[in-house]
Formats: sequence, structure tokens, C-alpha cells
Amino acid sequence: MTDMPYDRAPGDASPPPETRSATRSDAAIYTVGLAVAVILTGTSFWVTNTSLIWGPGVPLGLAVLAIAQMGIHLVFFLHITTGPDNTNNVLALAFGVLIVFLVVAGSLWIMTDLNNMLMPGRELMDLRMQR
Amino acid sequence: MNVAVTLDEIRPDALPIASEAGPPPKRIVVAYGFWIFLLSDIVMFSALFAAYAVLVRATAGGPTGAQLFNQGSVAIQTAFLLASSYACGLMSLAVGAQRRDRTYAFALVTFALGAAFLVLELREFAGMIASGAAPQRSAFLSAFFTLVGCHGLHVTAGLIWLSVMMVQVAVKGFRATVQRRLLCFALFWHTLDIIWVWLFTFVYLMGVLP
Amino acid sequence: MNLLGKLTWSAIPFDQPIVMGASGGVILGIGAVLAWVTLKGYVPYLWREWLTSVDHKRIGVMYLVLALLMLLRGFSDAIMMRTQQAVAAGDAQGYLPPEHYDQIFSAHGTIMIFFVGMPLVIGLMNFVVPLQLGIRDVAFPTLNSVSLWLTASGILLTNLSLAIGEFARTGWVAYPPLSELQFSPGVGVDYYLWSLQISGIGTLLTGINFVTTILKMRAPGMGYRRMPVFCWTALASNLMIVAVFPVLTATFAMLLLDRYLGFHFFTIDAGGNAMMYVNLFWVWGHPEVYILALPAYGIFSEVSATFSGKPLFGYRSMVAATMAICILSMLVWLHHFFTMGASANVNAVFGIASMIIGVPTGVKVFNWMFTMYGGRVRFEVPVLWTIGFMVTFVFGGLTGVLLAVPPVDWQVHNSLFLVAHFHHVIIPSVVFGVFAGIIYWFPKAFGFKLEDRWGRRAFWCWFIGFHLAFMPLYVVGLMGMTRRLQHYDVLSWQPWLLVAEAGAVLIFVGIACQVMSLVVSIRGREALRDVTGDPWNGRTLEWSTASPPPAWNFAVLPRVTGLDGFWAAKQRAHATQGEPAQARAYAPIEMPKNSPIGFVNAFFAVVTGFALIWHIWWMAAVGLAGAFAALLVFAFRDEEEVEIPAVQIAQFEAQHAEVTP
Repeated sequence: MTDMPYDRAPGDASPPPETRSATRSDAAIYTVGLAVAVILTGTSFWVTNTSLIWGPGVPLGLAVLAIAQMGIHLVFFLHITTGPDNTNNVLALAFGVLIVFLVVAGSLWIMTDLNNMLMPGRELMDLRMQR
Repeated sequence: MNVAVTLDEIRPDALPIASEAGPPPKRIVVAYGFWIFLLSDIVMFSALFAAYAVLVRATAGGPTGAQLFNQGSVAIQTAFLLASSYACGLMSLAVGAQRRDRTYAFALVTFALGAAFLVLELREFAGMIASGAAPQRSAFLSAFFTLVGCHGLHVTAGLIWLSVMMVQVAVKGFRATVQRRLLCFALFWHTLDIIWVWLFTFVYLMGVLP
Repeated sequence: MNLLGKLTWSAIPFDQPIVMGASGGVILGIGAVLAWVTLKGYVPYLWREWLTSVDHKRIGVMYLVLALLMLLRGFSDAIMMRTQQAVAAGDAQGYLPPEHYDQIFSAHGTIMIFFVGMPLVIGLMNFVVPLQLGIRDVAFPTLNSVSLWLTASGILLTNLSLAIGEFARTGWVAYPPLSELQFSPGVGVDYYLWSLQISGIGTLLTGINFVTTILKMRAPGMGYRRMPVFCWTALASNLMIVAVFPVLTATFAMLLLDRYLGFHFFTIDAGGNAMMYVNLFWVWGHPEVYILALPAYGIFSEVSATFSGKPLFGYRSMVAATMAICILSMLVWLHHFFTMGASANVNAVFGIASMIIGVPTGVKVFNWMFTMYGGRVRFEVPVLWTIGFMVTFVFGGLTGVLLAVPPVDWQVHNSLFLVAHFHHVIIPSVVFGVFAGIIYWFPKAFGFKLEDRWGRRAFWCWFIGFHLAFMPLYVVGLMGMTRRLQHYDVLSWQPWLLVAEAGAVLIFVGIACQVMSLVVSIRGREALRDVTGDPWNGRTLEWSTASPPPAWNFAVLPRVTGLDGFWAAKQRAHATQGEPAQARAYAPIEMPKNSPIGFVNAFFAVVTGFALIWHIWWMAAVGLAGAFAALLVFAFRDEEEVEIPAVQIAQFEAQHAEVTP
């Protein structure tokens, strides 16, 4: 068993709160995170309801805002950083994100393709075109 | 090929590289294992999410998302869950400082906000079912209720877990096991908020777009 | 409200003599074993040392026992099918009616994949990985016990379907709409779904356990490049478990919601999309076969290196190939449904990916060959299984590359060509691999080797029997025979199916030889005793422990300085012969305490599963409440660890002094 802090537990600030007394700046991290998250959330709702943004761009904007909010949670609430003591945690997260991407994007691509190929509309059209 | 190095060649003061350091303290192992579990849970949500995305137009002549979703209610739910996450963060600090009174206080706030979120969500579901938009009505509704409902079930499980943890704090104090379990709870609670971000963005907000 | 839901006396298949005979036989057999155990007074010992054990070595052995028992059941299903197909040609109807035959092929696939393949590889990983990593147990030993017993719950539920109710008739993949309530109103599909959901939780927890163990808990000095290849393959396999089992859980949950609450995920009305089940199922299904195969490849790496007396050739390319397979396996799943109707572009992308995935496996085969080339190969039985694998698997893999071409697949999809292909890859890799591993690590687990002659007979029976059983299936597949046929009218298929039947019988003889091998070895164990702990002149750390290892594995965690650290240490010991062993001061060791939570939780899982299958809602609530209560009792326990005094450790080490290098 090693005592050297090569790794940090996911969710622990650096160094973990139990090895020192919690300071004001610890609570500040959470507060800043909350504030930015509130702003991003509000922006998402505004983006949905405003007419100021070009329509087709709205879903992309919402996705970007969602990713940003996820980032805020990861950094300010879960204390996931890119430091060397967090490598394992970040790699695990990256692996998870990869799998989510493959499952969602892969399924959407395949199912959309299948729906396009197999929708009844096409058969009806073909029937009409048969001599 | 790596062959064994003789003892003289190892400098006694050389620090091992991270991957050769040996097993770390239990807190790190437990939290990492729980982190992996959370990632697997996120994959499960992504499968439900993929199903929702495929079925979102399959309304079978029934109500669509745009007709059903109430942005005001969703906004309040989001606020509750976000605030609950914040309270949970403050609770984690209290646990680290081993302050019982603050731990109970912030846990209560976390619980209350989480419960309020659930109440609103259940009311939304009940309202939809009463108006004929039950999950049995169409594939879209089945997918919606399952995806959002699964998140709600996780929140419910979290509230039960939090309650049990407060009993553990009362009975066992802040011993190492209890601290590890509370760290895992915090990870769980924050992750549920992350999942909610994706839910309210892609289900509710995108659902009401023209 | 009926107190027993859908359960009535008619659930017991009194009118089906074969099923009644089989159920009766199983019940009598289990009853006899339980009676013997009780009368001999073994129950307290079994409870204390095995059922509540959280020791990875004991858990590994129990997984293997479960798996080998289920291999007997799965093989019985197989030989029943072969026999039916051998006789049911033209006017002959065979002895199995279609409703029964359908359950047999469904049970065969389900059992072989979930209750034979998975527990076999998980059992071996459980036993070996902590020993190879130089540590005392996995990251979460109690969770390990929970996983084992949840798997046992799934097994029990599936086997209950033989005597009470029925099993699914949908095939082991249970595609909707056939598996929906409208077309499968009975309890069969529910047995399938609940058994697999419950054991699936166990498997997912195993995945989390081993990923954490391998990434976080190696002995000091064991960096990633000093880890044995079997641990690398275990890591890749468990990463895939964590990645894809949740998808299966979600998919089955959606089907369960359709069946129980009238949802419309996969129904043919109200917008349901049955194709989505197929898509999501195979997102899990393809990585699953690599979850099974990768640890088997790891076993072959260990065996070929040890018995060639050489380091494994190409360690780095082995590791790279393993991790490449880990990622690539999640990019090919559509090849299981080329014919479902996707466009040519989509089919082509997945077809090309499916061909690419053969490359890293090819790299591995070359590495094994080059490991043996130039070495002094000892043809022990594990090496026979390894060479048998290499010869057989390459051809099976080639048929896979054929099937990866969509136009070819369109000709042979769902024919016996496909059935031949997947048995041609999974049996040489997983089954031969695990047999090699069991023989290789048996002395470590039990302190004596398996005897040689029956082991060789078993290998040859299996090897020849396998080819006899499956090569004819390629032929009939190309002749147009569809899979899962209970009866057929094309008489020209029959001669081939008779040869296949002969092959199945020969495999049966092989299994009988394996049983004999166990009996003879146990009887003659004193002569086969392993006193050094290193019966094969091994290279990795598990061979530095006694056979069997003590509960704590290593009195002092090894300080690893290189790959194949044990081998290097032995060479050093030879070079410095004659030095007296130093007297060591041992510190007491804290080991995790045994706990009944795994067993109790699994008991309530069976109660809940059975209740849900038969719609006995009050019983389901009782089951869930019981599991929760048990969890609370466990969560509030005061003692988590047991201390092993230094004196005990010193005594053990003194007794096995010649083992420590």
C-alpha cells in the first residue's frame, strides 16, 4: 500500500478535504460552479424560446450549452482536472464518452438508414410506378 | 524485453512511476470503482436515450412532445436539482471537516430539494396520463416515460441512500467507511444532475422546438 | 386476485415425458448431493468456507463448478438437437415436437453463452488475476461474492423453467415481435429476461471489480509493461463488460416494459420498432463474444510461453492487439443483421470493419507461433489444447471473414453455415482455452495435477468430435438448410447430419473422459501432488505461491522489477545457489471478512425473479424488501476485516520454505 498521492479519488478536491480543514475557498468553488451552471441553464431556456437565433442553429447551440454545463459539473462539483493525479479518472471518463457516442450515434445512423430504406411510403410509391 | 534489474541499479531514493506505485489507499480505490459504475450507468442511460431518439417521432397519432412539455415546470425542476447538487457539495465539505450538525443540515437541504424535484416530476407524469398521454399510447411516450422515469428512479434510490447514510453518520460517526460511502453518494448525486442536463436539453428543450 | 398469480398446477409439464424425466433426474441428483453433504456434516464447513467466502480463489472455483455443470446441461440440449436433426428427415418426425425443440435451441444458446462461457472465463480470471498481479484479493471482495451468487440465481431461475412452466421459444436472442406478449404470451420469455437481468447485474459488478483491480491494485513495481498478458486480456474483457452490459440491461428492460406494462418499444403497433431491439441487442452481442474470447487468448499466451520455456513473443504487439480488439469490437455489430435492410453504404462500412478486426487476432496467432518456434516445447495437455485451438480457430476465423462480406452473408445468413462458423470460432477459443487453463492452473488451486492419460483422450475426442460435428454443417448450410429446423424434407441433407451426430457422440465421449480424468486424479492425488507450487516451471507470480495458496496469497507483497518477474527471480536464485533463506519478520495481515450477503441477496433475487415471472406481486415485494433489509444489515456491520496473526503466516511460510524464491 502506498501513501504517496499518485492518484486522486474522483470527487475529491486536491488535497481531499479530510486532510485539512475546509476553507472558504472550497465552498467558493461550489458557489462559482452553481452560478455558472445557472447562467448556462438560463441561456439554454432563452435559446429555445428566442427568435433571435437562426432556427437550424438552435439544436447545435443547445448541445454546446449542455456540454458546457457537463464540464462545469465535472470541474466544480466533481473536481475532475487534467492533472497527473487525475489521469485514470479522465481516461475512464473518456472511455465512457466514447461508448456513449458509439451507442447513440451508431444506433441513430443505423436506425435512420433502416427507416429510410424500409418505410412503407417507398413501397406505395413503387407500386404506383409498376406497370 | 524487461528483465529483472539487480538491486544495485535501483537508486534507493528513486520514486516509482505512478503505474509502479502499488495499491493506493482504500478511499481512492473505492471512489474509482464507483466512478466506473457511474460510467456504466451513463451507458445504460445512453441506450435508453438512443431508443428515445429513434422513437421521438413515433407518436402514432397521439400527442407530441411540443404539445405536452411544460417549460416552466422543467425549469423549476432543473433549479431544484441543481441546488440540490450544490447543497450536496457543501455537505461533502462538512463531512470532510467531520461536522455533524452541518452534515445533517446540508443533507436535509439536499434531500428536500431532491424530493421537490420528484414531486414535480410525478405531477407532470400524472397530468400527462390523466390527459390520455400514457406510456401505453405510443412508442414515443413509452420511450419518454422510460428515459425520464429511469432518472427519477435513480433520484429516488439516491434519496433512500442519503437517508440511510444519515442514520449511519448518527450511529457510526465519521469513520472511514462512512466517509467513503458519502463520497460515493456525492459522486452519484452530481452525476444524476449531469444526466438531467442532457435530459432537459435533448428531451424537453429540443422537444418543444418548432 | 389470485394469490399465486399465473402459477397453477398446469405449469408442471406432466404431459411431456422427456421434460419430466429430465427434471426428475436433476431434482433427484441435487437432492442426493444435498443429502450426502448434510449427513456427512459438511454444511457448517461449506457455509463458513465456501458459501460466505469472499476469497477470489474460492469464488473462482465456484464459478467454474457452476459453469461445468451448466456445460453438461447445454451439451445435453445440443446432443438432443443433433439427434432430432439426424432422424427427422422426410416422413420421420423425430422424437421432439416443435414446441419442445424450440425451447431446447433457445436454452442451449442462452445457457452456453451466459451460464457456461461467462462463468468459465470469469471464474478463471477470478482465480488467476490477483495472484498474477501479486496482490491479496480483488478490489471489492464482497462485491465479488455478490456477483457470483447473482449468476447462480440466473442459473437457478433458468433451470427452474424446466420443471415449472416453460422456457423461451424465440432463440437465445429473443427478437421481437416474436418475444412480445402478443406472440409469446407464456412465461418462457419472462424466465429468459429475468434470469439474464439478474445475472447481468452480477456480471456488470464483476466488470467494475476487475477494471478497478487491474488499473489500481497491482503489486509495487508492476507497471503496465510488466503485467502478464492474461491480465491485459482480462482488463480489455472487463472494460468491454462495463461498456456493453448496461446496453443489454436497458434493452431487456424495454422488452420487459412492453410485456408487463404494455409499452410500445418493439411492438408492431403504436409506433414500435422491432429493428431497434436487434440493433441494441447486437451492440451488446458482438462485444460479448470478445469478452469471452480475449481471456481465452490470454490463457493461450500464458500456456505457450510457459511450455516453450521462452518469453512470449511480441509482448507489446500482443498488448496493442488486445486493446485494438477491445475498441474495434464495438464498431462491427451490424454484421449480425446485414439482411435486415440497411443501405449498401451502411452494410459496407460495417463489413469492412468486420474484416479489419481479424487483423489483431492474426497478429496474436503469429505471436503464439513465434513463441513456440525455437523453444523447447513440452507437449503437456494444455499445449495440445493450444495447438488444437490454433489449427481450428484460424479456419473458423476465415469463415468469419467470408461472412463479413455482405453479399456472401445474404446467401448464408441464418443457415447452418452461420451456425458452423460461430461454433468454429467460439469452441476452439473459449472452450479449448478454458480447458487448457483449467488443466494449467488446477495444481495451483488444489495442490495436485490432473493425470495425463485421460486428459489426452479427452482432447482427441473433443478435437476429432468437434470437426465431425461441425464441418458437415458448412456443407448443409451451403445446400440451403436453415438453422433451428425441427424437421426437414430435403433428404440429401441427412447423411451430413448423421456425420454431425457422430461428432456429437464423440464429444460426449470426450466429456466422459474429462469426468474420468477428475475422478482418477482425485483418487490418485497423492501421486500427483504438487509440492513446490511451480509444477510447470512457470514464469508469472502465481507460481511463486504454495499450491494451494494461503488465504492471504503473499506473506509479503512482491516487489516486481520486470516482466515475467518470477522467472527472473528463479534464474537469480539458481545463480546464487546455496544462500540460506533469510529469516523474515512477518507483519499481521488484514483480510476482508467473509459475509453471507452475497448468498442471501441472491436468494431474494431468485424469489423476486420467480415472483415477477409468475405475476405474484406480493412475493416480488417481499423479495425486494428482503434484499434491501439484508443490504441494511450488511451496511451496518461493525467488523469488516479479520486479522491474520503474524505467527500463523510465519508457520505457513516455514512449512513451504522451498517455494519462496
